[in-house]
Amino acid sequence: MSDHAQALETTTGLDSRKLAIWTFIGSECMFFATLISNYLVNKGRSLVGPFAHEAWTDPATGKVYEPIIEIPLVTVGTALLLFSSLFIVLALYGAQKGNRKMLVGWLGATLVCGIFFVGMQVYEFTHFVHKGLTLQRNMFGASFFTLTGFHGTHVTIGVIWLATMFYLALRGKLTPNRSVNLEMAALYWHFVDVVWIIIFPVVYLIR
Amino acid sequence: MTAHAPAEEHAHDHPTPGTYAKIGLVLFVLTALEVGLYEFTYGERAGPLAHDIQPFFIPLLLLLSAVKFALVAMYYMHLKNDSKLFSGVFVFPLIIATVVILAMVALMAYHWAFSRSG
Repeated sequence: MSDHAQALETTTGLDSRKLAIWTFIGSECMFFATLISNYLVNKGRSLVGPFAHEAWTDPATGKVYEPIIEIPLVTVGTALLLFSSLFIVLALYGAQKGNRKMLVGWLGATLVCGIFFVGMQVYEFTHFVHKGLTLQRNMFGASFFTLTGFHGTHVTIGVIWLATMFYLALRGKLTPNRSVNLEMAALYWHFVDVVWIIIFPVVYLIR
Repeated sequence: MTAHAPAEEHAHDHPTPGTYAKIGLVLFVLTALEVGLYEFTYGERAGPLAHDIQPFFIPLLLLLSAVKFALVAMYYMHLKNDSKLFSGVFVFPLIIATVVILAMVALMAYHWAFSRSG
C-alpha cells in the first residue's frame, strides 16, 4: 500500500501529517507573536544607542553611532525569501506531477535562496556588532537580535530540511505518492516566509 | 472510499504554475511598494510630500504586508483550496497572536502615557 493511500485512512479523511504540521505552524504563530510584541514594546526603551534609524552621540566619549538599519541589504534578503516561496511551490507541483526535472531544479533554486538569506543575516548581524549593537547593549539590540535571531534559526532549520528533500529528490525518492513529505517542508518554508513578511515592515521600515 | 473523496479532490484543486508566477509577481510588486513608500516618506528620496504621507505610513505598510501574508497563505500554502480544518487550525492561533500583539502594545502605550502624566 502506498504512503498516499495510508494517509487517506484517517477519521478526518485528511493526511494526519499535514494536520500535524498545520498545528505546529499555528503554535509557531503564537510564539512569534510574543517575540514581535517584545520587540514593539521594548525597541523604544533604550537608554543608550545605537538605534535603528537615528544617529546617537555618546555624551561620555563623544563617539557617534550611526543608524543601524540598512534597507537595501535587507530588501535583497526579503526578495530572496519571497522568490524561494515561489520556487518551492513550483518544486512541489513538479513532485506531485512526477516531473523530476522540475522538482530538482526548483528545489535547488529554493535551497540556494535559503542559503543566501541565512548568509545575508549572518553578514547583517556581524555588521551590526561592528557598529556597536550587541544583544546586551540596549533594549533595541536585545529585542532585535532575539526576534530576528529566532527567525534566522527557523530559516536555518528550513534549509537543512530542504537539503534533505533535495537529496531525496536527486535519488528519485520524492515520487508523487510521497510528495506529502515535500509538502510539509514547503508549508514550514512558507510559514518562515510569512513571518518575515511581518518582520520586514515592523522591524526595518516602521520608525 | 467515498468518505475519503474530499481529501483527494482538494489535492487536485491546486493552482497552476502560471498562477503561482502571477502571485509571485504581485508579491514582488507589493514589496517594492513597501520599500518605495519608506524611501519617499523617510528615506533619501523623501520630498515635500513626505510630511503629508507620514500619518498614513504605518497603516499602509500594515495593509500591504497583510495582503502579502494572505496571498502566500491562500495560494502558496493552498488554504484557499485545501480542507477548512487546516484553515481553522492556522487562523484561530493567528487571531490569538494578533490580539496578543495589539493588547501588549495598547497596554504599554497606556502605561507610558500614565507614567508621563504623573
